[in-house]
Amino acid sequence: MRKAHWEKNLFELIRKTSTDLPADVEAAIRRALLKEKKNSRAAWVLTTILENAAIARKNDTPICQDTGVLQFHFGVPVGFDTNALVAMTRSAVSRATRYGYVRQNTLDSVSGASYETNIAHGSPVFHFQQKARKTVDVRLVMKGGGSENVGRQFSLPDAEIGASRDLEGVRKCILQAVWEAQGNGCAPGILGVCIGGDRTTGYTHSKEQFLRKIGEKSPVKLLAKLEERIIKDCRKLDIGPMGLGGRATLLDAKIDALSRHPACYFVTVSFMCWAFRRRGVLLGPEGGIKRWLY
Amino acid sequence: MSEVSIEYPFSAAAVRNLSVGDRIRLSGLVFTGRDRFHKYLFDGGKSPVHLKDGAIYHCGPVVIRKDGEWKVLAAGPTTSSREDLYTPKIIEEHKIRVIIGKGGMGKATLEACSHHGCVYLQAVGGAAAHIAQRVERVQGVHLIKEFGAADAVWELIIHDMEAVVTMDAHGNSLHKRIRNSSKRSLRVVIAGD
Repeated sequence: MRKAHWEKNLFELIRKTSTDLPADVEAAIRRALLKEKKNSRAAWVLTTILENAAIARKNDTPICQDTGVLQFHFGVPVGFDTNALVAMTRSAVSRATRYGYVRQNTLDSVSGASYETNIAHGSPVFHFQQKARKTVDVRLVMKGGGSENVGRQFSLPDAEIGASRDLEGVRKCILQAVWEAQGNGCAPGILGVCIGGDRTTGYTHSKEQFLRKIGEKSPVKLLAKLEERIIKDCRKLDIGPMGLGGRATLLDAKIDALSRHPACYFVTVSFMCWAFRRRGVLLGPEGGIKRWLY
Repeated sequence: MSEVSIEYPFSAAAVRNLSVGDRIRLSGLVFTGRDRFHKYLFDGGKSPVHLKDGAIYHCGPVVIRKDGEWKVLAAGPTTSSREDLYTPKIIEEHKIRVIIGKGGMGKATLEACSHHGCVYLQAVGGAAAHIAQRVERVQGVHLIKEFGAADAVWELIIHDMEAVVTMDAHGNSLHKRIRNSSKRSLRVVIAGD
C-alpha cells in the first residue's frame, strides 16, 4: 500500500468536494432560477448562489464556510485493511483543515475545546460496505450544521399532524418537516427520507439517499410517485430560496424504505442544503484514481 | 424595493429608516459572533470589542494565516435562531444596530429591534466564497483561544456586502409573514386535490 499516493488522492477528494459544486446540483439550481420571477428576492438568492459556486471553483476555496461533518462512505474489496484506510483518511482530513478546505469544525462536547484538525472521537464519520471488486469506492458528503439541525424523525401514528401508518401519513410527515425547516436548511435543498428502520438506521439510511444523483428516481414505483408528489407539493408552499419566498423550496426528494418492527413506524427526514457537497472516486489497489463517480 | 447603502457606525436613525424588503449594501467594520460569544455576553462576559452602533454577523468564517496576515476564504451566515435567547439582552446592553445572519429571529428579538433601534439583515446562506470577496481585510480577532476559530470574534472590514432587510425596527418580519402564509399553503397542499 503506497500511503503517500492514497493520502494525496483522498485529500484531492476532500478539496474537490469542498470547492467544486457537482454538475447535477448546479444544473438543478439553474433550472430553479428560470422558474422564479425576474428581480425577485428568490432570483437574487439563486443568482448569488450560482455566482458563489463559480467563485469557489475559480479561487479553489470552500463553497460554504460551514464545511460540515465529513461523512465518508467506503466500498472496499474483501480482505482490504480498513484500519489503514481510516488512518490515511484522517491524515488527509487533517491536512485539508490546515489548507483551509475544511473549517476547524469539531468541538469537544464536554469541555467545549476546539479540535485543530477535526480528528476526534466521532469525527470524521465512516461507513463501510464490502464490495466484490478490486477497487475502493470512496464517497464523501460534507453536511453542514444548519441542514443537520432541521432533520426530523416522526413515529407514526402522529396525532398532532394526523399522520397514519401509510404513504399518505409519510407525505404529511415530510411536508410538516419542510414547513418547520422554512429556510433554515439553506433552501432549496435536497430531502433524504427513510420509511421504517429503527431510530439509528432511519437516520443513516435517510442520509444515504444523498448519494443518489439529482433526478434519479426511486426504483420502487410507489416511492418514485411519492417523490414526485413531494416536489410538486413543496413548490406550492412559497417558502422559497433561503425561506424568503418563491417556488424553489426543494431541488429534489429521495425516498427509500427499510423493513420495520411491527410496533415501530418511523419516518426520518434529513435535509441537505443547496450547497450539496457530494463527490466520489474509485481508487485502484495502489490508491490511484480510476475515475470520478460524480 | 429600494437599494440602500449603509456604513459603520450605524445610527439608530439610519436603522429606523430601513424597511423589510430593502436591499442593502453594507460597508465598514463588522464583528462576527455566534453561539459561544452570545452565551458569553449573556452570562455577563466582558466584550473584547466596542459593540455600540455596530453590526454582529452570525458567521464562523474559514480563515487562514498567509504571509503573516489573516485571509478570509469563506464567510457566509449561520442560522440566527440559535441566538434568540441571548440577543434581546445584547441589543439592550451593547446598543448594536445591525444583525446579519440567516433564517431570521423570533418575537423577543423583533421587539428588541423596535424598542432599541436595530435591524436584522438576511445574507444568502452558503454564499461563503461570494461574501469572502467582499471582505477587504481582517482588523483583528478575539477569544480565538477560548472559543476556536469558528466561534471567535473576527473584526472584518467589509465593502458592499449584499443583504436584504427581513426584520425592521417597526415590528415587521418577513420570516413571520412567510411562516404564516406557508402554513396556510401547507394545509391546502395536505388536503390534496
